[in-house]
Amino acid sequence: MFSNVDLQKLVFGRFTLADIPYHEPILIVTFAGVALGGLAVLGTITYYRFWGALWRDWVTSVDHKKIGIMYVILAFVMLLRGFADALLMRAQQSIAFGSQEGFLPPHHYDQIFTAHGVIMIFFVAMPFVTGLMNYVVPLQIGARDVSFPFLNNFSFWMTTAGAIIIMLSLFIGEFSRATWLGYPPLSGADMSPGVGVDYWIWGLQIAGIGTLLSGINLVATIVKMRAPGMTMMKLPVFVWTSLCTNVLIVAAFPILTAVLALLSLDRYVGTHFFTNDLGGSPMMYFNLIWIWGHPEVYILILPAFGIFSEVTSTFCGKRLFGYASMVYATVVITILSYLVWLHHFFTMGSGANVNSFFGITTMIISIPTGAKIFNWLFTMYRGRIRFEVPMLWTVGFMVTFVIGGMTGVLLAVPPADFVLHNSLFLIAHFHNVIIGGVLFGMMAGVTYWFPKAFGFKLDPFWGKMSFWFWLVGFYVAFMPLYVLGLMGVTRRMQHFDDPSLQIWFVVAAGGAALIGCGILSTIIQFVVSIRNREALRDTTGDPWGGRTLEWATSSPPPDYNFAFTPVVHDLDAWYDMKNRGYARPLHGFKPIHMPKNTGTGAIIGGLSVVFGFAMIWYIWWLAALSALAIFVVSVAHTFNYNRDFYIPADTVARTESQRTAALAGQA
Amino acid sequence: MLIAAAKSALSTRAGTGRLKRLARAAALLPLLAATAGCNMVVMHPSGDVAMQQRNLVLASTGLMLLIIVPVILLTLLFAWRYRASNTSATYDPDWHHSTQLEVVIWAAPLVIIIALGALTWISTHTLDPYRPLSRIEPGRPVAAETKPLEVQVVALDWKWLFFYPEYGIATVNELAAPVDRPINFRLTAASVMNTFYVPALAGMVYAMPGMEMKLHAVINKPGTYHGQSAHYSGSGFSRMTFNFLGQEPKAFEAWVAKAKAEGKDLSRDAYLQLEKPSEREPIQYFASVSDNLYSQILNMCALPGKMCMSEMMKIDARGGAGVHSRENREKLRYDNRHVEQGDEAPGATGPASGRPPRSEPEPGTKPSSGHDDQGTPAPAQLNNR
Repeated sequence: MFSNVDLQKLVFGRFTLADIPYHEPILIVTFAGVALGGLAVLGTITYYRFWGALWRDWVTSVDHKKIGIMYVILAFVMLLRGFADALLMRAQQSIAFGSQEGFLPPHHYDQIFTAHGVIMIFFVAMPFVTGLMNYVVPLQIGARDVSFPFLNNFSFWMTTAGAIIIMLSLFIGEFSRATWLGYPPLSGADMSPGVGVDYWIWGLQIAGIGTLLSGINLVATIVKMRAPGMTMMKLPVFVWTSLCTNVLIVAAFPILTAVLALLSLDRYVGTHFFTNDLGGSPMMYFNLIWIWGHPEVYILILPAFGIFSEVTSTFCGKRLFGYASMVYATVVITILSYLVWLHHFFTMGSGANVNSFFGITTMIISIPTGAKIFNWLFTMYRGRIRFEVPMLWTVGFMVTFVIGGMTGVLLAVPPADFVLHNSLFLIAHFHNVIIGGVLFGMMAGVTYWFPKAFGFKLDPFWGKMSFWFWLVGFYVAFMPLYVLGLMGVTRRMQHFDDPSLQIWFVVAAGGAALIGCGILSTIIQFVVSIRNREALRDTTGDPWGGRTLEWATSSPPPDYNFAFTPVVHDLDAWYDMKNRGYARPLHGFKPIHMPKNTGTGAIIGGLSVVFGFAMIWYIWWLAALSALAIFVVSVAHTFNYNRDFYIPADTVARTESQRTAALAGQA
Repeated sequence: MLIAAAKSALSTRAGTGRLKRLARAAALLPLLAATAGCNMVVMHPSGDVAMQQRNLVLASTGLMLLIIVPVILLTLLFAWRYRASNTSATYDPDWHHSTQLEVVIWAAPLVIIIALGALTWISTHTLDPYRPLSRIEPGRPVAAETKPLEVQVVALDWKWLFFYPEYGIATVNELAAPVDRPINFRLTAASVMNTFYVPALAGMVYAMPGMEMKLHAVINKPGTYHGQSAHYSGSGFSRMTFNFLGQEPKAFEAWVAKAKAEGKDLSRDAYLQLEKPSEREPIQYFASVSDNLYSQILNMCALPGKMCMSEMMKIDARGGAGVHSRENREKLRYDNRHVEQGDEAPGATGPASGRPPRSEPEPGTKPSSGHDDQGTPAPAQLNNR
């Protein structure tokens, strides 16, 4: 019976050499660039004999600070990819009119807009948010690490594995064309055969495990590991927003996992959950995906709100106005975010009662959000505002975000949504809140906490350049889309017939180019800052006159964060300590119990890439083998009892006396 | 009182709510600059439903600007006034609470949202696409004897098929309706989801396979309007446009007569040909239509031998067919017809698309239309200037 088995199919699944796009010039150049860049990086690492250090200090690290930094690096790298997709789309839409077909056929263009959405949400915004939470939350609550340090490392590598799978689709096979949320029936096995949707499914499934575990980890950390005296109503606002975000992650991501699993069953074993035929219902998918999808929006924006709160209060030199109302607003948003999902498909035939219910719940979210804006506003009132770069991002956010909020509430009115849904108005709206809210927040956060992480500030000139390019670029790129939306122009179009629309798209492309300059400025900012690091050096550990505990320790913080766990008496604990004339303890150090590094996370992450790839290409033997390997490595890890160690007291004493010397030298 | 204001803001042109005028005045200012020089069909529609939706957009925007504008101005003012270099400004580092202010900052958005919520509740019900029209224009209720024009819409890959049961005709990529006569649309799709959207006529609704949506609308001004799919549906999506002709009653009669004179027969076979994926389909007329074709498409049984969903539902309602239902299984398979016919599926990617990754389709392998020789190509996108 085995004589009939196609050996090629058995070994390679549905993969053949023809699936490598070696005849596509754009991709060959891209691939050559990536390969050369990769070789250069590998060569540099080898030349400087950095491999050992890379493995010991970074890849296997369970230190929340290093993991946080790696998340942010992942986000920046993926931002470049996602932005390249954006440029391709803007270029295509600014030339494809009338008889001009543009340079991207639908087959390719559809993959680009799908990839842009997937990458920007899952592999830029999510790692950004998770990275900053990872870095900052334990420091702000006076902890030495997160609750489950290994799980943290594992989460990061699973997220990275997802990103690698998505990136692989660029060079092996193709990516999904079924939009970033993969709506069936289009994403089903019959309408979207091929590897595209499978790349999407497995990329998200694997990254989703990482996100979920990191959510559990941070909830446990915030609930269980706060410094003594730090009651819930003394938590820094960023920790509050992180807590709410992670509660949302824990509650929402399993839904995504489940809905993707159901879609996988439809695609792999021929079930009919979401098909048109045999009793399937695509409507079920729309509901499920948005029950995850809407909380996801708040998962992204809440930490940004937290960052803006920290930044406003620090740079206004003032306690945050209305702390309690800020906290309640955050909690209310968290709860309400589960009651609004249907506003993503008012036009799919729900009755008037259902539509108005979801429309009104959506509007209600704008009340706590509005209260937050007012709180920042009145924090500025009677403050002494230093317009350092993070504060610029914050003011830019306040002005931009309220516009996005307004168009959002407009879209929440169902009959208004009927004329604006799926239009470029909608596109402009969500970029308005995601760029103006999430991205500005992340940039503010990175600039704000960079000196904490690396011991020197980022160059302010290039920071300001980046801010102004982003701000102006955003308005130039997306205001035309609002106008086009009102002209009845819809999204995801690869070609337009009406040449009078062209000028708006050309302006929008110009805006995208300005944003490109902003991204470039950020890169230059990093390079310049690293080169001038001695001039930008901060030895105090508190370069901005901070108010929360992360500024109490050195920059960068020692592995153990705090030699002695701080005791908290007030909100803005570090400000309070400074005011009360806090003196650093200089002796009496004890050995510090720390978690030990482990390679298991990276190994399982790597095996997950193999597993995902094998599932995508139907290479069943490899899928079975890698699944087995994942299982074996996981079980083996449970027998690893060599998980912790003590930093000896004299090492702590030495580190702390270095800091004492640095502080003295600076004074 | 708020509800009354909201009602009047929404309902009639004659019944002028203060709110509406206020909203318009406030909302139109920033928009005016933008409208000059371009054609904002959503802001200047030609059908009463779209016009009410437009008014709602303006009223809501105006309501929200009441709070948005002060916030933006205050942000800029505070940012300027309390800058660090301005040492003459008051600095009060410990001021962080004021109960009165807290009440105001929660109450002000709350008031706006109560007003907007009332407006939403009323407008969502009055402008529900399922709800038959009660008026043709402000001050012109639908007369009791008026018979609405019935149109059945099917979204195909990638063209629009319109049935006119009253006249027994059907058209592809051209929809016509007499002005001031209510139109009752019923919408479905053949393979994947699409959205039926004529910005000048009314808001969009989905056309979904195996499901039926309804839309009630009316066109008030004659003209040629642009219609399109607004929900991405695969390769041919960008070109899935059609013309919507708003016509004087006489012109409409002539249009029907022309369709009857020029049109062919839309038999089930002809429909199955038409259903195959194709792009840039020319306008076509059909003088006669196979019986119950729309309902067969809706129930996914246009292909002979397939069981209609309605039949299956009847069987299920009677308790199901037990073990015999296994025999029905193949008859209920529907989605894989593209594969049977050898057409490329709408979202196919490599290796299943059967062509090299991301390259242009070979001329010969492009989805064939089977209608290369008839009619004129659909005219370019028009926005009814």
